[in-house]
Amino acid sequence: MPTYDLSTGGLRGLNEALHAVSGATPNEGWTVLNPMGSHAIAVGLDAPVQVTVKGPTGYYCGGMNKLATVHVEGSVGPGVAENMMSGTVIVDGDASQYAGATGHGGLLNIKGNASSRCGISMKGIDIVVHGNIGHMSAFMAQAGNLVVCGDAGEALGESLYEARLFVRGSVKSLGADCVEKEVRPEHLDLLADLLDRAGAKAKPEEFRRFGSARTLYNFDIDNAY
Amino acid sequence: MSDQENQIPRTVPIQSATFSSPVNAEIRRAAATGIYDIRGGGAKRKVPHFDDLLFLGASVSRYPLEGYRERCDTSVTLGTRYAKTPIELDIPITIAGMSFGALSAQAKEALGRGASAAGTSTTTGDGGMTPEERRHSTKLVYQYLPSRYGMNPDDLRKADAIEVVVGQGAKPGGGGMLLGQKISDRVAEMRTLPKGIDQRSACRHPDWTGPDDLEIKILELREITGWRVPIYIKVGATRPYYDTALAGKAGADVVVLDGMQGGTAATQDVFIEHVGLPTLACIRPAVRALQDLGLHREVQLVVSGGIRSGADVAKALALGADAVSIGTAAMIALGDNDPKWEAEYRKLGTTAGAYDDWHEGQDPAGITTQDPMLAARLDPVEGGRRLRNYLKVMTLEAQTIARACGHNHLHNLEPEDLCALTMESAAMAQVPLAGTDWYPGKPGGGY
Ligand SMILES: Cc1cc2nc3c(=O)[nH]c(=O)nc-3n(C[C@H](O)[C@H](O)[C@H](O)COP(=O)(O)O)c2cc1C
Repeated sequence: MPTYDLSTGGLRGLNEALHAVSGATPNEGWTVLNPMGSHAIAVGLDAPVQVTVKGPTGYYCGGMNKLATVHVEGSVGPGVAENMMSGTVIVDGDASQYAGATGHGGLLNIKGNASSRCGISMKGIDIVVHGNIGHMSAFMAQAGNLVVCGDAGEALGESLYEARLFVRGSVKSLGADCVEKEVRPEHLDLLADLLDRAGAKAKPEEFRRFGSARTLYNFDIDNAY
Repeated sequence: MSDQENQIPRTVPIQSATFSSPVNAEIRRAAATGIYDIRGGGAKRKVPHFDDLLFLGASVSRYPLEGYRERCDTSVTLGTRYAKTPIELDIPITIAGMSFGALSAQAKEALGRGASAAGTSTTTGDGGMTPEERRHSTKLVYQYLPSRYGMNPDDLRKADAIEVVVGQGAKPGGGGMLLGQKISDRVAEMRTLPKGIDQRSACRHPDWTGPDDLEIKILELREITGWRVPIYIKVGATRPYYDTALAGKAGADVVVLDGMQGGTAATQDVFIEHVGLPTLACIRPAVRALQDLGLHREVQLVVSGGIRSGADVAKALALGADAVSIGTAAMIALGDNDPKWEAEYRKLGTTAGAYDDWHEGQDPAGITTQDPMLAARLDPVEGGRRLRNYLKVMTLEAQTIARACGHNHLHNLEPEDLCALTMESAAMAQVPLAGTDWYPGKPGGGY
């Protein structure tokens, strides 16, 4: 189990070492000590490596992740798991703005709360937030699932495309073109699976679903020529 | 008295300069449809431009180089500041980012072929990287845009440089636009969007705002790509001094500055014509910003927006740019707006040279379309050959001028080689009005 002390080794050395891990050595576990809010920790990973970060991180932890599991035992700064493709990023604490922004795949599991713009422009990622999320979350979200066990802030799902949003608590307000939709059996199955994978205790039946009304998909032209 | 002699003189019908016939036609169009005009291309209005500058050439005090024989180098290296592998180009003319989606896959391939044959780079766009363009581009710059359509780390690692797009000259402050007609299955899939929607890209990056965040974003991109490739920042020309300074401070290797004449695939006409600065007006402030930071030539400056000829290239370089970038001109070289399609342009209610409804996807030249039948009209090999020839001519022209001014490298061109034909261009380029030693705003000039 390699251990890497960021306070002595530096960021470049850490990412270089993690990039050198190939698919041929699965499940190798790495522990990162003294992250102390550093930015860009464990970004661009491309192998099924397990990374445990012992403490809080700065911006973009786990950014563009593929295949790896990054577990932060602390809170994370803005843009955690941004543009993630696959794999898992777990945050034991809270997440700052833009968590999971533009993510294409994988699971982002936030045990605490997420701040504003959680899931902004998401393109296929699954995000489970055990606590609450801030305003403008899932702005222009294109695809994937955002599951919120707590409450959602203002303008949830503003200008939403095809992402599915599930909220258990209250929703302060919905953004333009975001509407509540019926929860069908397939959504309950989806929720059950995501909650199970994220280790969240909530029941699928407790969630409401929100999606796009699709009224902004095309320009409103009075007399097309 | 005859009837004729009785007639009282009348005023002739006078059209209003304010309510001109194009203005009135636009009011009628707006009244009928309820939607603003959307089009491609850059600003069509006349603004001070490179045409308003002249080179002085050699004289008694400066001797020229032999036009056909003496060496005049054209190479440029982009990304010397931090990248382990900077981009080395044979010529200082690059192909600007134009998206697959706006352009056909064949057109993208042709751009890659032409640029590669000419020893220069081409650039992806707001729609991700296609395998065709990667395969046919020896040097490919991967754009990192607010929309992040198709953005993925595999393509990022395949790129020879990364261009973080903050804005475009045609629409600084606006995102891209791709209307439903062009959202084919392939385009929809690459962008993770439903087919047929009028797609309006984000205008702002989803996970950073402001220069301090940008610095961290650049760090992340460098960490992902192992500090190997250069990172460019592309900005629309609005506040060139500050934008260039902030990009430099945030750690950019290259600043790409795009003036208001710069083309776009589609946006509101009101945006194209009324927002942003002319290309000519933004070069000197950007150069000054780099000089003030001690970064001129260490951070390279690439200028775009209305570059058409070797003379434009030479003028941009003389004002302090390291390279230029072309979009519209490259499309014209491929065959865009060619009069040979006049009959078809007429059917679309336009004429060769004026066709700008690129968003509608019916391009007779087969360039700005996703219609397989139309796209098949452009042969990527022939298109590549034409682009290579055009790039070669531009380079020869720029060399001709540089030699006449006595320089053995295009980068040795300098503001002292230039004069201006108008007060406006003298003020913007900060070179003397022709025949004087004065320009508006000249320090100590008294005005
Ligand atoms: C058809 C077309 C598509 C474009 N797509 C993009 C794009 O995806 N991203 C971008 O940053 N700029 C885009 N641009 C702008 C160009 O990168 C460049 O800034 C501009 O074309 C330069 O000005 P010029 O057309 O006068 O040469 C596009 C331009 C055109 C003409």
